[in-house]
Amino acid sequence: MEDAGGILTSKYKQSFKIMEKRELCPDTFFYAIEAPFIAKKLEAGQFVIVRPNDNGERIPLSICGWDSDKGIINVIIMSAGRTSGEINAMNVGDCLADVVGPLGERSHVEKTDGTAVVIGGGYGTGAVLPTALDHKKLGNKIVGIVGARSENLLLMVDELKAACDDVLLTTNDGSIGIEGFVTHALQKLIDDGVKVTSVLAVGPVPMMMAVCKMTEPLSIKTWVSLNAIMVDGTGMCGACRVSVGGETKFACFHGPDFDGHKVNFDELIKRQKMFVEKEKEALEAVSK
Amino acid sequence: MADLSNKKRMALPMQEMPLHPGEERVKNFEEVPIGYSDEMAKQEALRCIQCTKPGCIPGCPVGIDIPAFIQLIEDGDFGGAVKKIRETNFLPAICGRVCPQDKQCQLDCVVGKKNKPVEIGSLERFVSDYERDNGGPVLPDIDPDTGKKVAIIGTGPAGLTAAYELRKKGHAVTCFEAFHRPGGVLVYGIPRFRLPLDIIDADVAFLEEMGVEFVYNMIIGKVLTLDDLLKKEGFDALFIGTGAGLPKMLGIPGENANGVYSANEYLTRIYLMNADKFPTYTTPLVQGNKVAVVGAGNTAMDVMRTAKRLGADVTCYYRRAREQAPARTEELHHAEDEFINWKFLSNPVEIMYDENNKVTAIKCEKMRLGEPDSSGRQKPVGTGETFIDEIDTLIFSLGCNVNPIIPSTDKKVTTNKWGIVMVDEKNYMTNKPGVFAGGDAVTGGSTVILAMGQAKVAAENMNKYLKGEIKWGEANVPDNPNWPGIVWDKPKPKKAATQK
Repeated sequence: MEDAGGILTSKYKQSFKIMEKRELCPDTFFYAIEAPFIAKKLEAGQFVIVRPNDNGERIPLSICGWDSDKGIINVIIMSAGRTSGEINAMNVGDCLADVVGPLGERSHVEKTDGTAVVIGGGYGTGAVLPTALDHKKLGNKIVGIVGARSENLLLMVDELKAACDDVLLTTNDGSIGIEGFVTHALQKLIDDGVKVTSVLAVGPVPMMMAVCKMTEPLSIKTWVSLNAIMVDGTGMCGACRVSVGGETKFACFHGPDFDGHKVNFDELIKRQKMFVEKEKEALEAVSK
Repeated sequence: MADLSNKKRMALPMQEMPLHPGEERVKNFEEVPIGYSDEMAKQEALRCIQCTKPGCIPGCPVGIDIPAFIQLIEDGDFGGAVKKIRETNFLPAICGRVCPQDKQCQLDCVVGKKNKPVEIGSLERFVSDYERDNGGPVLPDIDPDTGKKVAIIGTGPAGLTAAYELRKKGHAVTCFEAFHRPGGVLVYGIPRFRLPLDIIDADVAFLEEMGVEFVYNMIIGKVLTLDDLLKKEGFDALFIGTGAGLPKMLGIPGENANGVYSANEYLTRIYLMNADKFPTYTTPLVQGNKVAVVGAGNTAMDVMRTAKRLGADVTCYYRRAREQAPARTEELHHAEDEFINWKFLSNPVEIMYDENNKVTAIKCEKMRLGEPDSSGRQKPVGTGETFIDEIDTLIFSLGCNVNPIIPSTDKKVTTNKWGIVMVDEKNYMTNKPGVFAGGDAVTGGSTVILAMGQAKVAAENMNKYLKGEIKWGEANVPDNPNWPGIVWDKPKPKKAATQK
């Protein structure tokens, strides 16, 4: 019995060590993190909850890839507040205090005769990659749309190109691809006669709203991944409440993907602002 | 003292637990009761008349030999007293603090018929503190290694109890916890002023000393399924102690407004994530000055007293009357001493909010008491009259449903229509071979001690199962979706409590 404890402990303990880190664009980094048990179970669309250090808060992070054999999961983190900044200050060899997952339900992917479209905006682009690969595995025709303010802020374009039959780029300033928004690229696809049967949009809420507003009259099934504020990620606390079709849902447990035509985005945007003042306070506390 | 007559014993005054005064304690998170002195404990022990047919023992879900441990206190053998408790309960420091003794062991205390019942809880707390101050508990005898492996899912009161019982029988025990630290609801749901963290950690350290292994950040069902544990990881039996962690809401307009929390979220932010020490700890909490708490159970009391300590003006809204409040009497008293405002017979019907989705007011219907309902309590009836109170924070404390992750990832673990895991009421086997369950997962939400009592029975049966003495095929797992879950019926003493 004496050694059983030791052997078992080493068996189930995950180090959450940062194995790889690279800057994708200013303040935005790609990570490979050692989490062998999570890597074995991940499915497209699922997420993890991360706590960077013992004083840290728990934040949800989308997964943009994993390697079950190597026991690695990939995430993209943009410095947006104290916690994301704390992670982005860590380096290869450092360990995150906690990574929990996989959480949430897998993305909805069905065989289609038409074309499936995945749309990524900003740092949300990585999150659509596993779903694109699932479509590819099913033999679906898949088009990716990536949007950003400017060319240097476009993420994961090569990876998405490898997963999709075609990838359209959009930039607000027209520095590359279509000038404008991801909706312009989607409109172009439709105008070109592409039969779009499903859309997954992941990115800033206004982007997801705009996509839904466009696809609703066309009756194109549209999924959005909601990055609500979370604490535990298992349904225990209800911080991530979202209104979907007039019902209260927990983004962590029922989602994170929901039918975008039924989501109350207005409420979501306001709920995401619940801790804005505290976030500033937390940032000021470290800069002191 | 031994020659003191029962009549004289029963006439002795109850030793009031000394408390920090309300106006002081609302400024900190220190434990509210100060604890008995040795002398007070001995005095209180004198009040026990050592009934031949005690009413207290059947009132204890884990069957502590209460008169025996009280006799040892009277004799001044405090170490012996705690050993006596530990024969049946390995968490005396926790139970002495959070058990609803007024509804269990102290309810049928014969001394309480004319005087106040013996303060069994305070005495249990006293000897557990004595033990901790005097070298801590002695490791129990552990049976020789059986070669069997058991996984405990969840490290709340049910999981810790099952781990203890199964390890004592010589099985290898691994506890899987979803959070980054052990304790479950004891940590994230019970305030530090009722249960200090070092008490929980001492009990966990004790289990580790016994050879129980703890693994954190593992959400069973997701990262490893029950089948993974049974078929790939080599566990011979599993215990589900995942609790009731899915907060209920009222379903009234405005409940997704900013500033509206479930009790679970509110307490978790503070007690698991240390939001009260923000920004040293980075988990935020936004709490205004006018806090409304909906509900009047133990958790509601915890939430109100916490909000008070964080500086708010706190009001309780409850649709029934005070007499019907489900909270432990002591908790109600403690809350009353801490300047909480009470609005009984007030049923929230709407939460109002501004253009930023921020909560601004609560609208309630005034209620009156009508005919008794199925629970025997007078049913609150609407009067049609409403009132509106301005608030800036609202916390729902309405109880929880069972955490759905395991049943949703393993359909063989069947649940009733409310999500409660269905188990054989005698041996706590689920519908899946080798898998047992206990605690709030099988009751839908109850107390620490009932969870422990069930875990003990489940562990006994797991031990029998591991030894081949009982088989899964013999289990009688309900299949009726209306099955109410495990309900604890206090066994009645064969005869009424009698004096020696």
